Amino acid sequence: MNALFDKLRGAAVYVFLGVMALMSVFPFAWMVISATNVSRDVTKGKITFGSALFDNYAKFASLYDVPLVFWNSAKIAVVGTVLTLAVSSIAGYGFEVFRSASRERIYQGLLLSMMVPFAALMIPLFTLMAQFDMLDTHMAVILPTVASAYLIFYFRQSSKAFPSELREAARLDGLKEWQIFLFVYVPVMRSTYAAAFIIAFMASWNAFLWPLIALQSTELKTITLVLSSLGSAYTPDFGVTMVATVLATIPTLLVFFAMQRQFVQGMLGSVK
Amino acid sequence: MRHPPAPSYRRFYDVNGWAFISAALLLMAAFTVYPILRSLWMSVHAGQGTMVHFVGVDNVVRLWSDPIFLRALTNTFIFLIIQVPIMIVLALVMASCLNMPHLKFRGLLRTAVFLPCVTSLVAYSVLFKSMFSYDGIVNATLLHIGLLDTPIPWMTDPFWSRCVIISALTWRWTGYNMVFYLAAMQNIDKSIYEAARIDGISAFRRFVSITIPMLKPVILFTTITSTIGTLQLFDEVMNITGGGPADSTLSLSLYIYNLSFRYVPNFGYAATVSYVIVALVALLAVAQFYLARERDQ
Repeated sequence: MNALFDKLRGAAVYVFLGVMALMSVFPFAWMVISATNVSRDVTKGKITFGSALFDNYAKFASLYDVPLVFWNSAKIAVVGTVLTLAVSSIAGYGFEVFRSASRERIYQGLLLSMMVPFAALMIPLFTLMAQFDMLDTHMAVILPTVASAYLIFYFRQSSKAFPSELREAARLDGLKEWQIFLFVYVPVMRSTYAAAFIIAFMASWNAFLWPLIALQSTELKTITLVLSSLGSAYTPDFGVTMVATVLATIPTLLVFFAMQRQFVQGMLGSVK
Repeated sequence: MRHPPAPSYRRFYDVNGWAFISAALLLMAAFTVYPILRSLWMSVHAGQGTMVHFVGVDNVVRLWSDPIFLRALTNTFIFLIIQVPIMIVLALVMASCLNMPHLKFRGLLRTAVFLPCVTSLVAYSVLFKSMFSYDGIVNATLLHIGLLDTPIPWMTDPFWSRCVIISALTWRWTGYNMVFYLAAMQNIDKSIYEAARIDGISAFRRFVSITIPMLKPVILFTTITSTIGTLQLFDEVMNITGGGPADSTLSLSLYIYNLSFRYVPNFGYAATVSYVIVALVALLAVAQFYLARERDQ
């Protein structure tokens, strides 16, 4: 009796997880299938592959300069991520290694600033960028994200695992502090940088609200903005929109599958 | 007896300490501290350009008689109260299923459930918009399996459009929260479960009396982050429903965006609305602090 009950429960678990997994994955399949169908078939819920993939792409390419759109996204994401990693890791290291009461207080303020919603910053950021004549530039999109409170926190937490013996030995060898950081710390902390890279890259590639406000010219727009305007057209062409969605999702999927472990590690870093 | 650090040593610490954090501090000052203070200043002013004048708490008073603001506030709370608990319970159950010993296809199932977190908010919003269109795949499926006689007007009915937003949020974030629970569950000592099992305690009781209390800090953490996330809801409502129909899915952030960049710009009032979000987040942070302290006692 008990054994039968256990078997039933085991089956229920598989059914539950199976349904959840299916529901999680189905929209991806739907996205890929729809990219090959004409808009009319997408809205009819056709779940078989069609033959309109290249037509959809051609239509997409006639509306936007597709390579340029991806170049804009890639440029913002790569430049933004590199700057963010540099500034945030240097600061995180500095807070951890050279402690003082006043800097500790600043650090606490930094942690507190993570709680401030972006909505409260966006209007002053907009007027600030307007004052410096920087609106409608990629720099305006990148700059506010460079000093990331979360990543400074993440690097400081990770720096605690950096052996102080290494630092002492390097000092005895006559290395300056910046040399210790650059030639000892950075190579040792590779995996922390990998996880932080994913966090920053994903955030930048997927950013929507701030780029929406900061960028106006069509030739500067990122894939996220293009996707949004395709989807919110009065009568959206869903075939075209799905091609764009697939193309926008491929880079993040690649990053995820290539670095799954660091991906999850970076996410969990916030509760350790 | 302890000596204070020698002056040269302290100097060494200060020079390097400030040098290392200087770039981050400058950027933080310009793009976080200044905007926070500036929007506080804006919230007590009204007008445009050089015509700005001090209005004190007028903007705050205006909130109470602004039906659209009250609508957005109510919507945000509806999303919060319904979506966050559904998601957390689902994520907990999923995590404890995935944590069962001898589970087959564990890696595959875990990856599948986590996959939605990889999509950008805009991409999945556009995806959901197409799936929930009037004769889209969701209605087609429900009609096909006989659950419905007539299609549901997902995008044109206030109740159903809220359901779409809630399902979309749940799809996107359940796997994310699940990962936190799974990681925490793997840290629980297995022998506790063994002992409970030998004592004949049922699986459900083990879940309620062992797993949940052990995970309380993580549950608290994810609840707070989800709540803050929901208070800032923007991408989904903007791209799935546009806040409609009749403002039934309008969120506070979308209202701020509309006030600043869609209607005749009113930065002062928009900044006031944004401080409502700040106040709500601060309130939650304090609540979290007290709950966490209670836990330690």
